[in-house]
This record gives sequence, C-alpha cells and structure tokens, in this order.
Amino acid sequence: MTPVFAVSLDALTSADFWIGVGVLAGTYTIFTLGLQLNVGFTGIINFGQAGFMAIGAYSMGILVVRAGWSLWAALPAATAIAMAAGVLIGLPSLRLRADYFAIVTIAFAEIVRYVAQNARGLTGGNQGLLGFDDQWLDVSDTILGWLPASMQDQFLLPLLIVVWVTVAILTGLLMLLQRSPWGRVLRAIREDEDAARALGKNVLAYKLQSIALAAALGAIAGYFLALNLSFLSPESFEPQFTFIGFTILILGGLANYVGVALGSLIMWTLLEATRFIDLPLAAEKVAALRFVIVGVALILLVAFRPQGLLGKRQEMVLRD
Amino acid sequence: MAGAADTAVEPAPRDEPRGAAPALAGLSGGRGPLLVTVAIVAAIALVLIVAYGIHDVAQRGVNGLVSGSYFALGAVGLTLVYGTLRLVNFAHGDLLTFGAYMAFLANVTWGVPIVLATLFAVVATAALGVLSERVMWRPMRGRGAGMLQLLLMTLGLAFVIRYGIQMIWGTFPRRLEVDVTDSISFLGLRIGRTELIVVIVGFVVLLAVGLMLRRTSLGRQMRALSDDMGLAEVTGIDTDRVVIATWIFAAGLAGLAGVLYTAAIGTMTPNLGFFLLLSLFAAVILGGIGNAFGALAGGLLLGLAQEWSTLVIDPRWKVAVGFGILILVLFVRPQGLFGRKERTL
Repeated sequence: MTPVFAVSLDALTSADFWIGVGVLAGTYTIFTLGLQLNVGFTGIINFGQAGFMAIGAYSMGILVVRAGWSLWAALPAATAIAMAAGVLIGLPSLRLRADYFAIVTIAFAEIVRYVAQNARGLTGGNQGLLGFDDQWLDVSDTILGWLPASMQDQFLLPLLIVVWVTVAILTGLLMLLQRSPWGRVLRAIREDEDAARALGKNVLAYKLQSIALAAALGAIAGYFLALNLSFLSPESFEPQFTFIGFTILILGGLANYVGVALGSLIMWTLLEATRFIDLPLAAEKVAALRFVIVGVALILLVAFRPQGLLGKRQEMVLRD
Repeated sequence: MAGAADTAVEPAPRDEPRGAAPALAGLSGGRGPLLVTVAIVAAIALVLIVAYGIHDVAQRGVNGLVSGSYFALGAVGLTLVYGTLRLVNFAHGDLLTFGAYMAFLANVTWGVPIVLATLFAVVATAALGVLSERVMWRPMRGRGAGMLQLLLMTLGLAFVIRYGIQMIWGTFPRRLEVDVTDSISFLGLRIGRTELIVVIVGFVVLLAVGLMLRRTSLGRQMRALSDDMGLAEVTGIDTDRVVIATWIFAAGLAGLAGVLYTAAIGTMTPNLGFFLLLSLFAAVILGGIGNAFGALAGGLLLGLAQEWSTLVIDPRWKVAVGFGILILVLFVRPQGLFGRKERTL
C-alpha cells in the first residue's frame, strides 16, 4: 500500500518554523485578549474583531504611506480610530439583545474587508499597501544588533521579542484592570445586567468601554500582523480570522487571560504544522484544510469542553 | 409581497388566550407598517424618477427584483430557523453555497439537465439542514446549551461547509450550464433570459411559501412555534415534527436561492454564501427578526434598495447599502418594519 500523504517532521526542529509560529501566536494572543475582555468578562459577543484589526492596521498604513505621518504618531492615532469604530458599532446594537451585536459585528467586519478591497485610492485594494514599516525596520535592526551573532540571521526575532513583551504587558494590565472596581462591574454585567443596572451602573457605557478596549487590542494585533507581512492586503483581514480567535479563546478557557496565550500557541503550532503535511493538494486547498480544522475544532470544543483548558466551571459564561 | 399584503392581522392582546392558530399571525405589526413601507418606497421611487427618468429607475427596479428574489428566499429560511429555534444560523449563507455546488455537481459533473440539477440541489441542501439538526442542534438543545455555544457552533459548521467545498472544488469560479448572454427586451427594459427565469421561479416559490405559511396547518404551526415555542407546545403542536419541517424549508429554500443566485450572476465561488449573508441579515432585520413575511418583504426591499442606490453611487458600493440599512434599522426601528417591540428585548 502506498501512503496517500507523507509527513516530514524535519521542519518542526527548525528555528524558522518556531519563530514564525511565535510571532503569529503572539499577535493572535493580543487579538484574542480583546475577545476575552468582551466575551469572557463582559458577556458581549464580539464577532467583528478582525474588522477592528483591519481598521487599526489600515489606518496606520494610510496615515504613514498616504499622509506621510511618522509611524510612532500613526500608531496611537490608528488605535483611537479603531476605538471610535467600536463605539459607533456598539451604540445602535449593544442596547439590543446580545445576538444583534453578534450579527452587526460580523457584518461590520465584512464591510471593512469590502472597503479595504474597493477603496483602492486609500487602501491599494488587492494590490495592497506597502512602505509603512521603514521606521520599524530601523528599530528591528537595532534590536538585532544587541543579540548574539549566531542569531543575527533571524530577521523576525526582534518582532518576536516585541510581540511577546507586548503580550506580557497587556495581559498584566488586563488582569489588574479585572481586579479593579471597573472590572468587577463588567463581571456583574456579565452575570446579571439588570442587577448591575439596578445598582445604578450605566450598563451601556461599560459595554462601550469594553468594546473600545477590545478594538484597541485588535488594532495592536493588526500592527504586528502588518509588520510581520510588511504588506497590507484585504485577505489578511478577512472576517473569518475572528473565529480563529474564538477557537483560541475557547481552547484556552473563557474568563482566563493567561489561557489566551496558551490557546494561541497550541492553535498556531497546529495550524502552521499543516504546512508540512505533504498532501497531494493545491495550495488553496491546503489553506482550506486549515479552516476546516478550525471549524471542526470549534464545534468539538464548544460541544464537549466549553470551559477549555484553563476556564473555570463556575464562570461558564457559555451556558448563560 | 402579494402574499404579505392580505395577511396583516392585528396582534392578539398578550393576556387573552389565543389558541386559535390564525391569531398567531405573520405580520403582527398590523397594516400600518405595511402601508408606511409602501408609501416610503413609492416616495423614493418618485424622487428617483424625477431625478433620473423613468427608464433608468424601472430598469434598476427590474434588476432589484432579480436580486430581491434570491435575497427573500435566503432570508425567509434564516428568519424561520431563528424564530423557531432561537438560533442565529451563521452557516445559513453557506447553505446557499452548498446548494449552488450541488447543482454544479449534478449539472456539470454528471451532465444532468439544469431543472433536475436544481431539484437535486434543493433536496441535498434540505438533507444537510436536517442532518445538522439531528447531529448538532437537537443534542445541544437537549443539553441546555447557551447562546454563545450555539452561535460558535454555527460558525464552526459554516467553516466546515465553506472550506470543505473549497477543498473539493477550489476557488476557481464555476458556472452552471445556463445561457447568461441571451436577453429579452420588454417595454424598453432589458432582462437576461436566465434572470427572467430566476425572477419567475423565485416569485412562484415565494408565493407558494407565503401561501403555505398562511393557509396550511403546517405553515401556521411553524409560525406559531416561531412566535412562542412554549405556547405552541401547550396548544398541542408536535414541535419535533415542525422543527424538522422548518429545517427542510429553510435549507431547501437556501439551496434554491444559491442556485438562482449563481444562475443570475453567472459564476459561483466557495465564498458566495458568506458574501450574501450580510444582505440576508439586513433583509431579516429589516423585516423583523423571526417574522417570515417580514423576511420576504425585507429581501425584496433590499434588492430594490441596492439596485436603486446604483443610480446615485458607484455600483461597487451597493453591498455597503445593505450594511447601511442594517445599522439604520437598528437605530430607528430595531424591531424591524413588521416586528413587535418585545422581540428586541
């Protein structure tokens, strides 16, 4: 019997593979931290995180390339734009039942992708947007200079370091925020919105703050994605990427910020490893296989282990 | 819309017993919203006619009826499943894709005539809907799954269908064996021969669905369940049977909508259903979520709105019109044109 496909494990021992996985996992950890804040700690179902990521990354790219801004000025401005988008999307839909917000956010992410593809004058359309990362590359070279000579040829190593430092800082900040009075109000809203309202809390305002912060986290993830690819194109920001985030979220466990990083590392190791399964398939079909895996993983996790790896059973927001 | 016009029934007051099925009406907002809607559409049409001339408005209106017919067919299933099972099915768009590729499989790969291939697609998609109910949704309901769990499972299913299709057929655009170049002129308006067939098939099926929902006992039971599952059960409706019937209708119509879309547009790709999903949700929310007649009307209105918008703006932005309508409705009238206020709370 001849094998239908062969698996080569050589690549799994290479530094390139693990640095690539590390950058993606770090980027998606930041992305999913926003989902954790919304879904795990506020109880609002944000299905448009990829849209906020796209708005952040494209705003940054447009400000630098088209308006000639410095990258360091563009980053906070783009973050503010993404946060404003979150508030604008939240205003009409967060007052309504939770599933309306899910519908509106998934539609929003699709419209953002559509605009990125069609507003060619601004975004470059399918040709993409290039040349926003010169100032980052200078910083990257500086960091590379500090590293031992044997690592000098790994040009993604500085990005890996910066991503994970950012992950650590953001995770720490979010955990602190969660212990603050503000965080306790969010949890109260998640558990019983009416009770929080009865205590005089402005539930809509808290939810809008939660979605604005998640949008900012999405935007930050977008910058790392952009620096990783050094190129912005609509297919890097398709709405379905939100659900890689959700698979990571459920895998790591709801209402647990540390679980996000764990889930992201597992998820991206698996997804990137599919590149080495030598299937007799065209590239687009292997890409499709990755999303079939995401879909099956999402269904099985949600059905059979909704608390994930590190989630707590008593915080089963899934079974409200 | 013809079916919808004579079905407007005043909602029964909450505390009165309403065991009689006719009281569980479709357009529960009464005649008022329908008249207001017709008046607004007429006013918009009038303004556009004055600004752009009757020919252009009529021509885009015809195009709008073409897209409106498959929007309506897709939206009615999405809204019925929501109403009956409180399930926002994000995989519904991918049921349209599935229908289109099943028609491709039968029509092109096996060489079956298009009419039979369409029937095959409808049956296959309905079967997929029933399968998803038996394998996923019923067991999950039995376990008391929460909303987020169900939403995420619909998304997982959407990925499996969409990317499963992409693994088999790739992303290369596929065509059905229909003639998309031949066109017919009528009163100076042009419509593709296939588009005309799409409109006729779409409207005949929509009318049949409207009549089924209005006149048959099964249709009334489906609407009753959609209205109030608990009350329907107490009334003695066999909910299990009605749920299966709802899936057969919802998925079958989605499959048909996918085939009609492909026939009208000319090509299919694995993303077609996901791209349409936004418009389907806009139609559903415009008509009032859970309201079957509302979804039919919402689909047609959305088709008209998107095509008429091309008079004013660049045609490539017409998809964004659907999103604009979605947001506008949520701001102004979140229960939809024909919905009741309580649905949104």
